Amino acid sequence: MQNNKQQELIPHLFRTEFRKIAAVLCKTFGMEHIEAAEDIAGETFLSALETWTYKGIPANPTAWLYTVARNKAKNYISRGRLYSGKVTAEIQHSIPASTEIEIDLSDENITDSQLQMLFAVCHPSISTESQIVLALRILCGFGVAEIATAFLSNKETINKRLFRAKEKLRLEKVQLEFPGEVGINSRLDTVLTTLYLLFSEGYYSESRDAVLREDLCLEAMRLTYLLIENETTNRPNVNALFALMCFHSSRFEARKAENGGLVLYQDQDEKLWNMELIAKGAYYLKQASRGRLSKYQLEATIAYWNTQKEDTTEKWENILHLYNVLLQLKYSPIAALNRTYALSKVRGKQTAITEAEKIKLTDNHFYFTLLGELYTGIDNQKAKEHFKKALLLARTITDKQTIQKKIDEILTD
Amino acid sequence: MKEFMLIFRHEDGSKVASPEQIQVWMKQTMDWIGGIAAQNKFSGGNGLPFDNSRVVWHNNEVTNGPFGEIKETIGGYIIVKAESVDEAVEFAKGCPVLQGDGNSVEVRRLVGKEDDD
Repeated sequence: MQNNKQQELIPHLFRTEFRKIAAVLCKTFGMEHIEAAEDIAGETFLSALETWTYKGIPANPTAWLYTVARNKAKNYISRGRLYSGKVTAEIQHSIPASTEIEIDLSDENITDSQLQMLFAVCHPSISTESQIVLALRILCGFGVAEIATAFLSNKETINKRLFRAKEKLRLEKVQLEFPGEVGINSRLDTVLTTLYLLFSEGYYSESRDAVLREDLCLEAMRLTYLLIENETTNRPNVNALFALMCFHSSRFEARKAENGGLVLYQDQDEKLWNMELIAKGAYYLKQASRGRLSKYQLEATIAYWNTQKEDTTEKWENILHLYNVLLQLKYSPIAALNRTYALSKVRGKQTAITEAEKIKLTDNHFYFTLLGELYTGIDNQKAKEHFKKALLLARTITDKQTIQKKIDEILTD
Repeated sequence: MKEFMLIFRHEDGSKVASPEQIQVWMKQTMDWIGGIAAQNKFSGGNGLPFDNSRVVWHNNEVTNGPFGEIKETIGGYIIVKAESVDEAVEFAKGCPVLQGDGNSVEVRRLVGKEDDD
């Protein structure tokens, strides 16, 4: 019994506590010791595994972990003092003697350290790709193997990317601190972009591991919520991004297919949509409305309309308008395609075909899927040709299956 | 890629439209601009309302409103990216302002906005 319980408890604690210990230690040691902070956090869990197996689970496992982490941290510092050399000099320079320093694992310091870590990880000098991997490792406590699965990559590649990102943090001398009032807007923009991509990575991941996909999304939401809870970073665009994530994640259950694939929006059973998350999204969207119009606010409002499954003129006119504004603010191929789809709902397929043919996204399988949809019922032969082009360009099995189904369903003479 | 300004010229700026009519034009204008933006060819733009407008003349004489003796006014503009003036003209042809008899859209190239590609 005890053993079973432990087998569940340790991975759970690892997920929730590793990142806290790592962030606090890194804050205490300084960013240049990020690897030591990670190592100590990791060793703490190894100790738990060894000790708990023999002595049983302590009454307060989290407090036990914190005590062990604290001691290991102090040992690390005094070891640094014992062996003279480069490391010692650095540590002595940056932190006081081990007897004096306090490893502060209070809730407040944990939150502050994690927030500052979020800003450090999303430093503009690091590529967005690396930011996401680093965030997953340091801020979300994901294992390298898990990250590799989520990105359909291998451990070696992920390790290399992590190494390079940490090297960059060291070289750029990125500090764990809040950006000043002046820089906060642009720094916050970078953080939001990374969180947005982290969420999308989970939401649109090609990985068949549904639990892992959802975990990525939930982690992105947790980190975004950290920003909402902090007064300085509780800005309208942060609320808008959080609202967007709530609306999307309300469809987690509904989009799960039995084979691990995805159920498309139009085929979803809306009874499976999570009403609580939809209400939450509406609340944060309202909070967001006090600021200037942001990309996230527009996307969240579109996502809000998509929580209304019924096709109404009001719904599609609003969606079309929102895409018109969104595209003026920031062009993206997917927004251009979705705008054209909304146009077909408001002004009919013929108008939408004319506009679609102008946007010429000929390397995008969604473009040909859209043209296929628009031509269906108008010129089925042409529709089929477009779907076939889409099939050639599609890369994932889910996409290929979806398109093939459309080809099979279409009636041609 | 070059940039062109499409300037909306109204033949008679003193004409007053109903709020419903304005609503319809706004929607059409948004759809027109959205269509250009969907091709990643939209660069910027603005409406030019008549309130808080002045005309400053030679000798710094200031008058209310841009109308004066000429009726024609500029109602707004957008800036588009286009390979050639002909492409910019094709965009201009869809401008809802042209539904008004006598109205026009002037297409002008912006200086120093050419890319190499």
